[in-house]
Amino acid sequence: MVVWRELLVALRRRSDVATALLFFVIVASLFPLGIGAEPNKLRAIAPGVIWVSALLSSMLSLGRLFAADHADGTLEQMVLGAAPLGVTAAAKAFAHWLVSGLPLVAIAPLVALQYDLDAGLYGVLALSLLLGTPVLSLIGGIGAALTLGVRGGGVLLALLVLPLYVPVLVMGAGSVEMASAGLGGQGQLLILGAMLIVAAAFAPWATAAALRISSE
Amino acid sequence: MKWFWYASPQTFYPLAAQLARWCGLAAVVLALAGLYIGFFVAPTDAQQGEAYRIIFIHVPAAWMSMFIYVVMAFWAGIGLAFNTRLSGMMASALAPTGALFTFIALWTGALWGRPTWGTYWVWGDARLMSELILLFLYFGFMALHASIEDPRRADRAAALLALVGVVNIPIIYYSVKWWNTLHQGASVSLSAAPKMAATMLSGMLVMALAFWMYSVAAAMLRVRGIIRERGS
Repeated sequence: MVVWRELLVALRRRSDVATALLFFVIVASLFPLGIGAEPNKLRAIAPGVIWVSALLSSMLSLGRLFAADHADGTLEQMVLGAAPLGVTAAAKAFAHWLVSGLPLVAIAPLVALQYDLDAGLYGVLALSLLLGTPVLSLIGGIGAALTLGVRGGGVLLALLVLPLYVPVLVMGAGSVEMASAGLGGQGQLLILGAMLIVAAAFAPWATAAALRISSE
Repeated sequence: MKWFWYASPQTFYPLAAQLARWCGLAAVVLALAGLYIGFFVAPTDAQQGEAYRIIFIHVPAAWMSMFIYVVMAFWAGIGLAFNTRLSGMMASALAPTGALFTFIALWTGALWGRPTWGTYWVWGDARLMSELILLFLYFGFMALHASIEDPRRADRAAALLALVGVVNIPIIYYSVKWWNTLHQGASVSLSAAPKMAATMLSGMLVMALAFWMYSVAAAMLRVRGIIRERGS
């Protein structure tokens, strides 16, 4: 139910979703301008660039995860309500992934095309993003809940959340690089899957605890 | 033994002064002894010459940087579980010292890397990377604590962050380690250290104890400051 509501809210503010997606494309397009147009070099950095852009884009939209509900008091009702707060937090993170992570999975092959990435790698890239971006939403939820109503929240959120994103980045970009080296990225993908399971099991409860702290 | 007697800031305040005094004294004595062993007793390294002597600062600082984070997370957890005022104060008193040691470990590592590896910084080493991320985690803890007005709420929010961080540190370490094996390029390795002379090891241990005592003294002084600041 919370997921449905979140999706409706996102649908009525389509520009926000589009902005995050555009941000992803723009950041990924800036790298060649800074580095140069040499195709081999670009092919080598493509997985890392796409993953870093996904990280930043996902982080950018975290601020909206709880802010509006915090401002109009809906969040307070959720904290006080009968539904377990952890489940609500998980639903919020899932909705955040649906509007900010899933579109990235869809559009990433297009960016990969710009980088002339080998066509056989699109599957691995999309799969790594599919497994990795939900982890970003789950971990980011903790940060977003902790920085609710804090001054300088946006920059602080980046400081809190980006170091925690490192393992996802390493494994996500690593899987594509391994696959491009002809070694197959299964190992990294499995670890990403393990991270997703662990994050899905524990992060919502940490988010719920953080929400309780910041809404008292 | 009444363990909870000192759980109250008022009763802990005089004890902290005593601890700060004696641990500070012990830190000075141990540091002098450790530096003496490091500079005059320990033999010159066959491969690295005199440059290796920075190990007596570098390794103990790196140990303390990780140990302090765990202690900080421990107090954070106690504070969240039992809602004790002093625990949050202890955690926020430890954070700057931990960040300081992390920074010292990175800085001395860079200075040591220049003559031995030929470069200040190597992206490939898992320990370098996780130490850098540890520094960011300390900064995040302090920044979050500083940006929340109400100290009790700041304690709890920062405590939660410390606990999330302590779960993540091993994951970060191993992910960077595996990343390193993926990038075969990095050829220098810290782990191929030759067998160490006994005097080197003892010098390192004495320095580690000195840093430990210093950390206790610094944290106690800081916790006294925090108790006064919050007026309890």
